[in-house]
Amino acid sequence: MSTASSAPRAYAFRDNLTMLRRNLLHARRYPSLTLNLLLTPVILLLLFVYVFGNVMSAGITGGHADRSQYVDYLVPGILFLTVAMTSLGTAVSVATDMTEGIMARFRTMAISRASVLIGHVVGSVIQTMMALVLVLGIGLAIGFRPDAAPLEWLAAAGLMALVSVAVTWLAVGIGLISPNAEGASNIGTPLVMLPFLSSAFVPVDAMPGWFRWFAEYQPFSPFIETLRGLLLGSEIGTENAVLAIGWSLGLTVLGYFWSRAVFNREPRQ
Amino acid sequence: MTSTDHELAIAATGLRKAYGDKTVLDGIDFQVPAGTVFSLLGPNGAGKTTAVNILSTLISADGGEARIGGHDLVAEAQAVRAAIGVTGQFSAVDGLITGEENMLLMADLHHLPRAEGRRVVAELLERFDLVEAAKKAASTYSGGMKRRLDIAMTLVGSPRVIFLDEPTTGLDPRSRHTMWQIIRELVAGGTTVFLTTQYLEEADQLADRIAVLNGGRIVAEGSAEELKRLVPGGHVRLRFTDPVTYEQAATALRETTRDDEALTLQIPSGGSQRELRAILDWLDAAGIEADELSVHTPDLDDVFFALTGSPAATDTATDTDTAVTAKETVR
Repeated sequence: MSTASSAPRAYAFRDNLTMLRRNLLHARRYPSLTLNLLLTPVILLLLFVYVFGNVMSAGITGGHADRSQYVDYLVPGILFLTVAMTSLGTAVSVATDMTEGIMARFRTMAISRASVLIGHVVGSVIQTMMALVLVLGIGLAIGFRPDAAPLEWLAAAGLMALVSVAVTWLAVGIGLISPNAEGASNIGTPLVMLPFLSSAFVPVDAMPGWFRWFAEYQPFSPFIETLRGLLLGSEIGTENAVLAIGWSLGLTVLGYFWSRAVFNREPRQ
Repeated sequence: MTSTDHELAIAATGLRKAYGDKTVLDGIDFQVPAGTVFSLLGPNGAGKTTAVNILSTLISADGGEARIGGHDLVAEAQAVRAAIGVTGQFSAVDGLITGEENMLLMADLHHLPRAEGRRVVAELLERFDLVEAAKKAASTYSGGMKRRLDIAMTLVGSPRVIFLDEPTTGLDPRSRHTMWQIIRELVAGGTTVFLTTQYLEEADQLADRIAVLNGGRIVAEGSAEELKRLVPGGHVRLRFTDPVTYEQAATALRETTRDDEALTLQIPSGGSQRELRAILDWLDAAGIEADELSVHTPDLDDVFFALTGSPAATDTATDTDTAVTAKETVR
């Protein structure tokens, strides 16, 4: 079945905006899903700083226990954990949306089909960015002290937006292949686990050799290391920067084409 | 199919669809002139929804072709979509937002200018008696309200052809009559309506032409009147409680159909006053006193069950009469 290729471009843009408005309306009416998902990174942040903080910092610096140092190490990782967690909300809301009767209506209307997905992605990215601001605020309140210049802040924001778009497109695909909300939550779990298996909590050097390779090259470690470099002035390394940009662009393209293919597939009877 | 001069809103030939080795539509043809109501009538699982899904571009057919409003279903899918409105069996409303927001969403997706969108929405909410509920989440609506909102949303784009898939299934009698009124108004306004239903009364009430779909095939097509002519005429039914009286009557009256289990006799009759008086005179003369006498004129139920066969009559339904009888015990 042909996609909305015959719909004029101007209409496609308007359809995107309409769908975005619909998704933001959903989010505003029912914010509990996003807020619940936000609890996990916030609780982990507080737990690792105030409960495990001293031990962790001693382990990382090899010196005396000082949890304030660990806050600096941890917050960039927690920020990307926030991205992963909120994307789980995207997967769940896409899966739920696909079971709604209105989806059949959208499919029989002369609209840009991609707008249904783009509305979800843009809406989710906006929500994720808001969540990031919130988590960053908590981080600052408990002692996170970045030394970034305005330009570095801008680059950091850009990186987080880029990663959000990538992870969100993946989440949309996950939502589309899931039969229902529970399914989306299950299928999305590995994505949420990735930050835990990265350099978010401890440096990859501290991990066992057989695992280090995975931890180092999976998307989240380069994301986190690049963000650390931008915000805290630690060394980023060309490899991390390239990997971070590469992963986010690659995942965006992959997630987009995958989602589009699944969405254009004939609905099950 | 004589009115070829008429502009055709829908023309389908040889539509075919199978899921795995289960054939759902086995090559169906029909033509719907613009501005008329066409009803696809059939039991559950006959393929009605599949037909609507294909014609509304939701799924693709395995074979055959169709044109809607002159546009090819596959090659010009987007043009077809612009011409149609669909109200499916399951309410196609967004339950998370209000009725009014649902309507405005449709106005936006039909690319109406903002002011015009607001005007159309306000008008339709008024017309479908949804003003009071407009600010409430659609998920809180009753079944009848949801269906009204659903149709109202379908009408935002003023579609020329509307598909209604079992529009009254699950509605209470009052809502059903409201829905019928809505459909009549649509047709009066020149819209073509493609209606599926499992209720014969509904097709009888609304449709200009009816196609009976069974097992993926159209087994009969025509106006309600034409279809009714397909089954033998009406009859007078005599019911007895005493088997002895029943036997006596059965032997005294020759031209009857017996049902020994129900102790009923059927005498063919058109149901006119003159014919009834003749039968009554005849019964009096023979000294027969039935416990109950009822006049049965053929309706679409008879056609339907004669053509599709009733589940209860599978063992004996070899001819029309037994199928009709079996249906009556089911009813």
